[in-house]
Amino acid sequence: MLRRTLLASAAATAMIGGAALADGHEPVKVGFVYVGPIGDGGWTYEHHQGLLAVQEEFGDAVETVFVESVPEGPDAERVMTQMALEGADLIFTTSFGYMDPTINVAAKFPDVRFEHATGYKQADNVSVYSARFYEGRAVQGHIAGQMTESNIIGYIASFPIPEVIRGINAAYIHAKEVNPDVEFKIIWAYTWFDPAKEAEAANTLIEQGADIILQHTDSTAPQAAAEAANEAGATVYTFGQASDMIEFAPAPRVSSIIDNWAPYYIERTQAVIDGTWESVSTWDGMDTGMVEIGEITDAVPADVKASAEEMIAAITAGEYHPFTGPINKQDGSVWLAEGETAADYGDDGLAGLNFYVEGLTAEVPQ
Amino acid sequence: MIALEKRPQPSQMWSLASPLVAVALTMLAGAGLFAALGQDPLEALVKIFWEPLFGEFAFYYRPQLLIKGAPLVLIAIGLSLGFRAGIWNIGAEGQYIIGALSGAAVALALYPSEARWLVFPLMVIAGALGGCAWAMIPGLLKVKFKTNEILVSLMLVYVAEQLLASMALGAMRNPEGQGFPGSRNMAQMEAATSWINQSAGMHWGVVAAFISVIFAYVLLAKHVLGFQIKLAGQAPRAAAFSGTNPARLILFCLGTSGALAGMAGMFEISGPSGIVSIDFNVGYGFTAIIVAFLGRLHPIGILLAAGLMALTYIGGDVAQSSLGLPGAAIQVFQGMLLFFLLAVDVLTNYRVRFGQRSAA
Amino acid sequence: MDFGSINPILLLASLMVAATPILLAAIGELVVERAGVLNLGVEGMMIVGSVLGFVAAIGTGNAWVGFGVAAVAGAGLALMFGILTQYLLTNQVASGLALTLFGLGLAALLGQGYLGTKAPSFPDLHIPVLGDIPVIGPIVFQHDPMVYIGLAIVAGVWWFLNKTRGGLVLRAVGENHEAAHALGYHVIRTRLLAIMFGGACAGLGGAYLSIVRVPTYAEGLTAGAGWIALAIVVFASWKPGRLLIGAYLFGGVTVLQLNLQAAGVAIPVEYLSMSPYIATILVLVIMSAGSAPGSLGKTFHASR
Repeated sequence: MLRRTLLASAAATAMIGGAALADGHEPVKVGFVYVGPIGDGGWTYEHHQGLLAVQEEFGDAVETVFVESVPEGPDAERVMTQMALEGADLIFTTSFGYMDPTINVAAKFPDVRFEHATGYKQADNVSVYSARFYEGRAVQGHIAGQMTESNIIGYIASFPIPEVIRGINAAYIHAKEVNPDVEFKIIWAYTWFDPAKEAEAANTLIEQGADIILQHTDSTAPQAAAEAANEAGATVYTFGQASDMIEFAPAPRVSSIIDNWAPYYIERTQAVIDGTWESVSTWDGMDTGMVEIGEITDAVPADVKASAEEMIAAITAGEYHPFTGPINKQDGSVWLAEGETAADYGDDGLAGLNFYVEGLTAEVPQ
Repeated sequence: MIALEKRPQPSQMWSLASPLVAVALTMLAGAGLFAALGQDPLEALVKIFWEPLFGEFAFYYRPQLLIKGAPLVLIAIGLSLGFRAGIWNIGAEGQYIIGALSGAAVALALYPSEARWLVFPLMVIAGALGGCAWAMIPGLLKVKFKTNEILVSLMLVYVAEQLLASMALGAMRNPEGQGFPGSRNMAQMEAATSWINQSAGMHWGVVAAFISVIFAYVLLAKHVLGFQIKLAGQAPRAAAFSGTNPARLILFCLGTSGALAGMAGMFEISGPSGIVSIDFNVGYGFTAIIVAFLGRLHPIGILLAAGLMALTYIGGDVAQSSLGLPGAAIQVFQGMLLFFLLAVDVLTNYRVRFGQRSAA
Repeated sequence: MDFGSINPILLLASLMVAATPILLAAIGELVVERAGVLNLGVEGMMIVGSVLGFVAAIGTGNAWVGFGVAAVAGAGLALMFGILTQYLLTNQVASGLALTLFGLGLAALLGQGYLGTKAPSFPDLHIPVLGDIPVIGPIVFQHDPMVYIGLAIVAGVWWFLNKTRGGLVLRAVGENHEAAHALGYHVIRTRLLAIMFGGACAGLGGAYLSIVRVPTYAEGLTAGAGWIALAIVVFASWKPGRLLIGAYLFGGVTVLQLNLQAAGVAIPVEYLSMSPYIATILVLVIMSAGSAPGSLGKTFHASR
């Protein structure tokens, strides 16, 4: 196989290049593969903020490259290979669907380090990283449960996957804790980004009595829908998702969850420069700043804000786990016993969570 | 006043020259675009057109051209038969999805069988039949009710997309995937993979694409059915007199294009893509329509056009990562290329006359 | 499960708003197709309209200027398609697809730097007296002006197609361009005007999304609305009155499934989302032959 040896020799060249970089003669090259456009204002936008932070931090010592809107599948594999061939030392692949392509390319380039977001397949040169967004959802639930007048909280969900289900559970548990009468109405939009549909979903929830809208989709359309409803005399509050959505503050947007990838990207780049990079599985939350709570505005009563900040502090300090028993599954069976906290992996672990907790009335779509 | 006059016969000279003129025009306009974005225009063009073919890493990009181009060729060849006969299947994207799902259904149902001699051929058949069946819906409706096939086939794309989402999240979800959407990876199943040699970019879809080119070439040049197809497009009435059965022709054209699109989807999902995921389809079915026209509905032309499209995709990504060109600029550039190619093509069939008043 | 929480009045009211962008784009495409031209570039024209309209609205602080610019931008892009297909005789299907590709890229380029900015507000029209009628008032008479402009355009197109000589010419051109040409009608001029009208309407529809519906900028704002508009034209079998029904049906299925979900009814979302497309196919079969304009999608060149 002539070509295969060629590819192997290219990998060797890349390795030699990598060695040269470690000496500090040349800038370390960091690649980013994005699933959406950097202008999506949500998921990809925040990853790109991470890239900019890396550039800011290291200046000329690091060269960054990125390709946006790369479809999951063969195109992703090609873009990653291309980056590796062109001498990237570290490549961040920022979508779940890049999992198998990342593993494939990593096998061909043992000396290039890969970092795959939100997946579960690791290798010697592939780390995985994700954020514990559910910690932020818990805070949202805590605020929402106290602010709702109608006791109905609307939730715009994207796809029925563990990530989203975790968020619903976390928000519900903490809303219920402060307001036993609270009820969740959940709409599955089956999209991450479709402004028209998201606006429709928000309107529907508002019409059905929800006065708090939580969203796990990326556009600002639900915020706008809430704002329009407020102009018409309603009182609806929302929370930003993925990015801060601060332009809708102080109301309807009262707070937000921000995906802050910058500290992690800087740390990992530093590790490559230092030659200390190792394959790790990272699932960070508020403790490292990967999950950030956007400014809680004055629309939130002072006591609610204070207790929310207490909760943030407790989670950040590692004193409080948002999934602490007793928590039952939706069917009434025990999930977590008194004082028990949810495991990350294994049966009923957080990573593969696919059931609702007790009290939620809807069913997880199958 | 400038007027166009139809040539008695398509100009040989222009049919060869017009693509070159179009590419040259696109390079000029593209250079302007890149310069406006603050890039060195020459460098950008080199990255897009030269780098993947003759650059330092061409050994990697050339096989990628096969991977990117094969589904385009396979689909466009099928479409071109219908387009020649005036039968407009623009729902190849849907047939591609259904073919992929049918093939995947076989692979996943027989998992973990290791009988490649059984599994893979069955997948190919299932993929072809799935795509064919999906294309037969507009075909049969057109034959029975004279329903417009452009619109029915387009509507069925959306239906297929919803089916795909439902399968990726439901029936075909990987039971070992920790609850995440997406199926098992078929590219890694010995019995089901369509890969022949991954680093050479060879999978059975590439082989099928080349076979389809030969098949179409022979059909159109030698076979009576090919003659009927051409006649039906150029002179429908004469075709009717010459004993062509229009219903049979419609079903043949739609069925063939559906089967080829279905096979393209099946080869893709069991090889380069590997997984049934929500966003499995990336628009090959629509791009292939453009490829078919760029190739002037001729098998060899389609082969070249698909290569050119694949090149701009691959080169576009190279330019993005090495120059920091925004992805949108590449999209605009591709759009311009298509416009110019389509526009310049007028010179093949028409002659420009100056100084006369147009009758139109 | 709680059907009681679904308020039919609000449901209908939100339907009118939800349907407006696709209605605008669809009525434009309807005119184009009645003139015998199939422009598959609706999505591309919509998104360019949405971006340029947004930029203009931000720049001037006036949403109306935004809508005006969006219409002009849509028409301009459509003119490009018109020149290609009418003068350079390119294939309409391929040109339309190329237009969508081009438009999506162009919009993303033009929108750089506007990410996250918010459009100037565009208040609802509170029509006195009528808006206060119980039940009907909030459904019909309490929306923003573009909702009514959309309806007015639909009515205008109906009147134009059925009651004016211009409409007659346009339909003649669409049914049989050879015959229309023989009668001395200007086939190409008519079609160019229709194509530009279609582009302007698509631009308005796009701007409605960016200025009213979402109102902040993000890339890929239209998310396939242009393709739905194409479906609605077919569903309406090229008749403006039915177009209204079609737009409300497509909007309605979305709104209804969201309502059912929120009310806790477990429904298979994917299958419900398919239903309008299947309904469109059924409508096509029932209407069957003769309803599509005779020259739809065919290239016209006057031979002498």
